[in-house]
Amino acid sequence: MTGILSLYRSTIGKKVVMALTGFILTAYVFVHMIGNLKVFAGAEKLNHYAEWLRLDMGYPILASFQGLWITRIVLLVAVGLHVISALQLWAMANAGRAVGYAQKKPSYTVYLGQMMRLGGIAIAFFIGYHLLHLTTGSIHPEFVHGEVYHNVISGFQNTLVSVFYIAALVALGVHILHGTWSMFQTLGLNNRRYDAMWRTVALLVTLAILVGDLSIPVAVLAGWLY
Amino acid sequence: MRLTLRIWRQKHAQARGHFATYRMDDVSPDMSFLEMLDVLNEQLTEAGEEPVAFDHDCREGICGMCGVVINGIPHGQHKHRTTTCQLHMRNFRSGETITIEPWRAKAFPVIKDLIVDRSAFDRVIQNGGFITAPTNTIPEANAVLVAKDRSDLAMDAAACIGCGACVAACPNASAMLFTAAKITHLGLLPQGQPERTMRVVGMVRVMDQSGFGGCTNLGECSLACPKEIHLDSIAQMNLDLIKAGFRRG
Ligand code: HEM
Ligand code: FES
Repeated sequence: MTGILSLYRSTIGKKVVMALTGFILTAYVFVHMIGNLKVFAGAEKLNHYAEWLRLDMGYPILASFQGLWITRIVLLVAVGLHVISALQLWAMANAGRAVGYAQKKPSYTVYLGQMMRLGGIAIAFFIGYHLLHLTTGSIHPEFVHGEVYHNVISGFQNTLVSVFYIAALVALGVHILHGTWSMFQTLGLNNRRYDAMWRTVALLVTLAILVGDLSIPVAVLAGWLY
Repeated sequence: MRLTLRIWRQKHAQARGHFATYRMDDVSPDMSFLEMLDVLNEQLTEAGEEPVAFDHDCREGICGMCGVVINGIPHGQHKHRTTTCQLHMRNFRSGETITIEPWRAKAFPVIKDLIVDRSAFDRVIQNGGFITAPTNTIPEANAVLVAKDRSDLAMDAAACIGCGACVAACPNASAMLFTAAKITHLGLLPQGQPERTMRVVGMVRVMDQSGFGGCTNLGECSLACPKEIHLDSIAQMNLDLIKAGFRRG
């Protein structure tokens, strides 16, 4: 136990927390994307699926709503730990270079590093918006509880909302592209023999999530889904 | 070659630094970067000014003493990675303005001008960057067998000269590449096994305490490394530390 605590206190341990929670979040986003695609099966199928998530997920081991709440708690803890570690490492990195360089070389990786942090914050805000929009409906003018298909379609028929979702997905895509590869590196599962493979895995996971999720606002805006 | 140099001048650790601009009219493209600075210092001395302080020793690219950030890049360029002492002026254009800064990291405070204090690296080494070997007898050379691929990887990691370019290049001022190189070059060999756990725990702890930032797997370090130390080392160090976390005692 003391070993694990001192691991957590190290910079590497904080990255390990980010990698493990990042894995949980990425896996969730991936499964969530597959679930989202049910929208193409029509209102009845999607609404039925959503009801299953709420009432029957985990049946017969779990009672109604238990599977849903376990998922929510796991995600909340994962996002919490992920963001706390990110902020701690960000602060350490800033402290590590108190005086900056006068002449900076423009560099892809340096921008990528900033994208991970600023993009991460953008994703956090998006998660909040997304919950208020399609989970609670607090900011959705035509929200009807339980009518998931109607909520999604009428939500995305607002161009501004769709564009916002598309932008957030692109930010998430950049984050997951570097994040998924980074996860293997952080956990010590990478070396020059596996590098190309992990980069391909990261690319495929990212493309799947982007293509799957982006197809929905695009289909609604194009009028294919209504 | 005619050059304009913008060089960081700082009298001592507590002094406020500033950039000073110098002009040089007759730089040979065959000079090394440090020889160019030598010529500048002669000019300055003749003019009764304080010469620019910079670190150097072997001037052969093997000791790790030299190193400045040139136009935003530690050791000056990424194309043919090398140390500042082995960088030649033919890499620059006549008429160019060159900005020269010290390594920037809280753990590497400036001592004077372009010289920084890298003793944080020594403290990291002191906390595990060694093996216990009896010093009175010479071991039989073939008593401990090492597989060729392992010894090659260990030698790659052992090429680290501790110059600090990785820290200078890292957007997080992280010392992971240095520490990882030291940990893996011993950890890959049979001789390094007895202290493997102790080594990674001790070296990472001192690395963190010294005020370096964490790694975000961006790879700027490896790109700047004159010895081309690979990011694999960092993955290996991470795994060693994770394993150490789950070990008793
Ligand atoms: C659905 C949400 C998210 C997913 C799927 C996700 C996924 C990941 C993954 C897999 C990693 C790689 C971990 C590693 O380096 O080993 C990562 C890193 C990171 N994440 Fe997230 N993340 C999410 C949300 C956030 C949020 C809200 C923040 C807020 C600040 C954030 C900030 C970061 C940072 C700073 C890194 C480290 C970047 C680096 O290693 O270069 N992430 N993320
Ligand atoms: S002076 Fe020894 S490496 Fe440059």
